[in-house]
Amino acid sequence: MDLSVRIGSLRLKTPIMSASGCFGYGVEYADVVDLSTLGAVVVKGLFLKERAGHPPPRIVETPAGMLNAIGLQGIGVHRFVREKLPELRAKGATVIVNICGTTIDEYVEVARVLSEAEGVAAIELNISCPNIKEGGITFGCHLGNTHDVVSAVRRATPLPLIPKLTPNVTDVASFAQAAEEAGADAVSLVNTFLAMAIDVETRRPRLSNGMGGLSGPAIRPIAVRMVYECARRVRIPIIGMGGITSAADVLEFLIAGATAVQVGTATFVDPFIFGKLESGLRDYMSRHAIERVAELVGTLEMPGGTRR
Amino acid sequence: MPVDVDAEVLFSTRLSDDYAVIGFRAPAIAGAIRPGQFVMIRTARGDVPLLRRPYSVFDRLRDADGRPVGFSIFNKRVGTGSRLLSEATPGATFSCLGPLGRPFTLPRAGSEAWMVAGGTGLAPFATLSEELAAEGARRRLFYGARTGAELFCVDRFEPIGVDMVLATEDGTRGETGRVTVPLARELAARSGAPPVALYACGPEAMLQAVAALAARYGLTCEVATERRMGCGMGGCYSCVIAVRTPAGGTRFARSCLEGPVFSAADIVWDDVDR
Repeated sequence: MDLSVRIGSLRLKTPIMSASGCFGYGVEYADVVDLSTLGAVVVKGLFLKERAGHPPPRIVETPAGMLNAIGLQGIGVHRFVREKLPELRAKGATVIVNICGTTIDEYVEVARVLSEAEGVAAIELNISCPNIKEGGITFGCHLGNTHDVVSAVRRATPLPLIPKLTPNVTDVASFAQAAEEAGADAVSLVNTFLAMAIDVETRRPRLSNGMGGLSGPAIRPIAVRMVYECARRVRIPIIGMGGITSAADVLEFLIAGATAVQVGTATFVDPFIFGKLESGLRDYMSRHAIERVAELVGTLEMPGGTRR
Repeated sequence: MPVDVDAEVLFSTRLSDDYAVIGFRAPAIAGAIRPGQFVMIRTARGDVPLLRRPYSVFDRLRDADGRPVGFSIFNKRVGTGSRLLSEATPGATFSCLGPLGRPFTLPRAGSEAWMVAGGTGLAPFATLSEELAAEGARRRLFYGARTGAELFCVDRFEPIGVDMVLATEDGTRGETGRVTVPLARELAARSGAPPVALYACGPEAMLQAVAALAARYGLTCEVATERRMGCGMGGCYSCVIAVRTPAGGTRFARSCLEGPVFSAADIVWDDVDR
């Protein structure tokens, strides 16, 4: 049985990865999870410099989901390369680094630093964080900006480049197309949905930042729909995510058109989930006599017999 | 190294309408627990509530031969997750991930240990008291609550040689007022030696007051913090608390990894939201 998939020039052992911002720098889990068994470890978003992040409270639970406004607290790309990357390499992890910037120049510089480091398999370009004022989502909500930042980083790195798209737009597929035209090797989606929760007793928002990003099972059907829409409009691989908690959820994304998936919020609940998802995926493939997981990608049968 | 086990509820002892001590069978966790550590408990099978809840370990449970077989927690019913736990009956199972976090450090030889607990902040002091007893350190527990009916498990501590000082805000049991009032008085009455190590767990306003007393008298002080936590493993960066850096600045430290026990002197209390 072959679980491997290709994202541009990158071959992943399995289609199941951790999602950025949900698995620290990966090293936090190195004692309890065999990082080499994941398709990839996608590490927390990195700017050029260290970032403090937002004051707490940073999360709040909502029905079948949660809001977060962490504010991209991080150690910066240089410390990551020095302090975290060697351990990730030693553990045999396939490392995808999520990068952020407040300007195109910053994205380019972070990408350049990572391209010169040993052990980075790909770059995920965060143009979709809803929780910071500058950068991030401002690049992901405007087609021209998306094209510009992807093009600039494309010129700066030979590594596979995966812009991570926001769902907080009218037509996410047009952003996938903009990324493809600008030279992206793949796109990942969806980041969180901009959302809000209010304490009615105090009439204050439940997060210090006011608003935050909604994730978890609550968003999954919307994420599946968006992956499906993008898969019809671009030729590059899609990495799907949004509320995956079971092997059936992984399969939904694959069938909708994702080549691989990321698991985020569910790892908070169960850090051992990756092995369980993989074994569930194997069970399904065995039951359906599927030899290669890649055969499943985009196999949705639409009613009326037309595969759209 | 934390493990995730399906832990069976061994008992649920109701202390009041809102409070209960709940015991879980989890030998793999029980054997490894250090005082001040916590366990992440999944309270629902489905998606609501989605996240686990962090619980400080109260007692380490042992079988007739003294082998650790489980642990108990102090549960206060406040939201959906704690309500599900409060309704659990023996035989039910819950996924428990632990033990997690940095434990208390024991005092230096010859030092007394003064513990300060507010409300459910009593939890980590059962196991700490036992370890202190093994060390032979003199130990006192200043234990406060809003009212006498919420001072629980007082008789848990005296048999293991802990001197108790009780306080309630409404004066229904022990001294009247906050628990830091008798603590301040007793600290002022000390002659100097032997040294005292302070340990505190409870509301952050209480932790801050204990930290201020520790600073005034030049005492070591560790506080067990409680922040809103997402994963307990260092993955989500939700449970941060502002701490001082060696360079004189501040940074947000993850209380699941660097805490929940911190040296009180490291915490930047002005940045603590209340």
